[in-house]
Amino acid sequence: MTVVAPSGEPTASKRSTGPQPRRRGRLRLAPLVLAAPFALLLTGTVLVPIGYALYLSLFTERLTGLGFAGPQEVFVWLANYAEVLGDPAFLTSLVNVAVYALVHVPLMLGCALVLALLLDGAVKRLRQMWSLMVFLPYAVPGVIAGLIWSYLFSPGIGPLNDVLPWNPLGADGVLPSIVVMATWQWMGYNMIIFYTALRTVPRDVLEAAKVDGAGPIRTALSIKVPMIRPTIFVALVFTVIGSLQLFTEPLILSSFTNSVTSTWTPSLYVYEAAFITNDYGRAAAASLVLAIASAVLSALVMRLSTRRAR
Amino acid sequence: MTTTRPTSRWTSRGAVHALLLLAALYSVLPLIWLLTSATKNVGDFSTTGAFELGEWNLMGNMRDLFAEENGIFLDWARNSLLYAGAGALLGALICTACGYAIARLDFPGRRLLFAVTLAGVLVPTTALALPLYLLATELRIVDTFWAVFIPLLTNPFGVYLARAYAEAAVPNELLEAARIDGAGELRTFVTVALPLLRPGVVTILLFQFVGIWNNFFLPLVMLTDPKLFPVTLGLFQWSSRVSQFPYYNPLVITGSLLAVVPLVLAFVVLQRQWRSGLAAGSVK
Repeated sequence: MTVVAPSGEPTASKRSTGPQPRRRGRLRLAPLVLAAPFALLLTGTVLVPIGYALYLSLFTERLTGLGFAGPQEVFVWLANYAEVLGDPAFLTSLVNVAVYALVHVPLMLGCALVLALLLDGAVKRLRQMWSLMVFLPYAVPGVIAGLIWSYLFSPGIGPLNDVLPWNPLGADGVLPSIVVMATWQWMGYNMIIFYTALRTVPRDVLEAAKVDGAGPIRTALSIKVPMIRPTIFVALVFTVIGSLQLFTEPLILSSFTNSVTSTWTPSLYVYEAAFITNDYGRAAAASLVLAIASAVLSALVMRLSTRRAR
Repeated sequence: MTTTRPTSRWTSRGAVHALLLLAALYSVLPLIWLLTSATKNVGDFSTTGAFELGEWNLMGNMRDLFAEENGIFLDWARNSLLYAGAGALLGALICTACGYAIARLDFPGRRLLFAVTLAGVLVPTTALALPLYLLATELRIVDTFWAVFIPLLTNPFGVYLARAYAEAAVPNELLEAARIDGAGELRTFVTVALPLLRPGVVTILLFQFVGIWNNFFLPLVMLTDPKLFPVTLGLFQWSSRVSQFPYYNPLVITGSLLAVVPLVLAFVVLQRQWRSGLAAGSVK
């Protein structure tokens, strides 16, 4: 206890400037044992696959010569990327997820935030019950959520076909239907995250606002929301990444309606290219375009959040 | 009511509870539909209203469910438990150890490891599935338990959470004291840090369990042998037959109900746990 750290932060610089010979020998083994399993998993299941996808995306299978030798791997530079980016089906899938994200993200996070603010400021009784009920859909696996909603949308079985202003399984209706499904799954989860963040807003700040005459809505908009902005941005990043990957819901719906094509979202496009057409080069290129798009989008959102926070 | 300021009108207790009720109905009604539908036979399913009860046939549906294809549903349930249970337990320990090491030990590559972990959080799983499948093909483990189990163990977000936990819950002073008392780093981790990190481990475990239970893409890509399917993939396979064979409808619905109930119960019982867990994940 000779050196007391100023805070809970691990101070790498302190350790390296003040070597303590007694510890040196032990330090080599322990981090290896503790960190290596995950480091190996990360390498084997994330880094190597990405590298492999990169490699695959530069090749294509072609019949060479007279074709007697069977298809051969041919190095084609960026031709797969050109093919993917020039494929109307891929571009349509991108437009589909973009429109989906533009509706789903603000709607779902907005509802979650409003519900969290209501729980935090406006209700005392039944708070536990409300939050638990809204959270429950998170416990339902995506496949099963997809099945439930598909039945609810089906004419003759579910009630929604008669009630909704759009045809939930029609060509123009599947997108709003998927928004309804995804919002159902994630609204409660994000509501709880926002609510727990709101609980950390210092109570004396809220008292001060009250004394100054701010009503509940003014307090919510000018104090609570700005104070949990970092949490909102983290949720935003995860929701945007999730939206880009949209797969399960449209796949399930596609066995109930013909309005969802086999390349309706980029993930479905990758699946179709890889496992139905067996065009690995094109599938790998599309995978990487998807990965790059979500990295760029999350970086953008993160940049936005740090600029706003200052 | 008409003369009061708009703020008090909109935040009046009635309006607030009406909004919450609306959200709760949206969240719970589909689950109630699942419950009522699982009690109906094929005929009642298509003739009675969505939330009405037909003739009580839950037991009959369950008997059919467990009899179908020589009781394969039980295999699926067991597989799901194995993937999610063992995967979450082992995965949570691996994450916690690594997160602790990043937070509290000094080793070469520490910053790099954390940076790559953060990047790993952002990589879409659907973008990884194809290369993972092809790698598994090369290793000849496609259509085996391991092809699904090993990738599911990797949970970068768990490491991120564990690091945040370790920084908040394991004071450096305590570790210094243990070191001065002569404990090795590994022993310090097991006897001093791990007990302090227990709430964090349980949270990561819970979320990894849900994540694996919900994971659909990886088993879909890796498995063709129905004996190895988790519940979700099995039910998906049955559901793709319902348009031709309405006989599968009650099986899919009853199976869905049985797959959802344990998780819903777990969340109700473990409320305190996941609430505090989410808090730690969001604030840091």
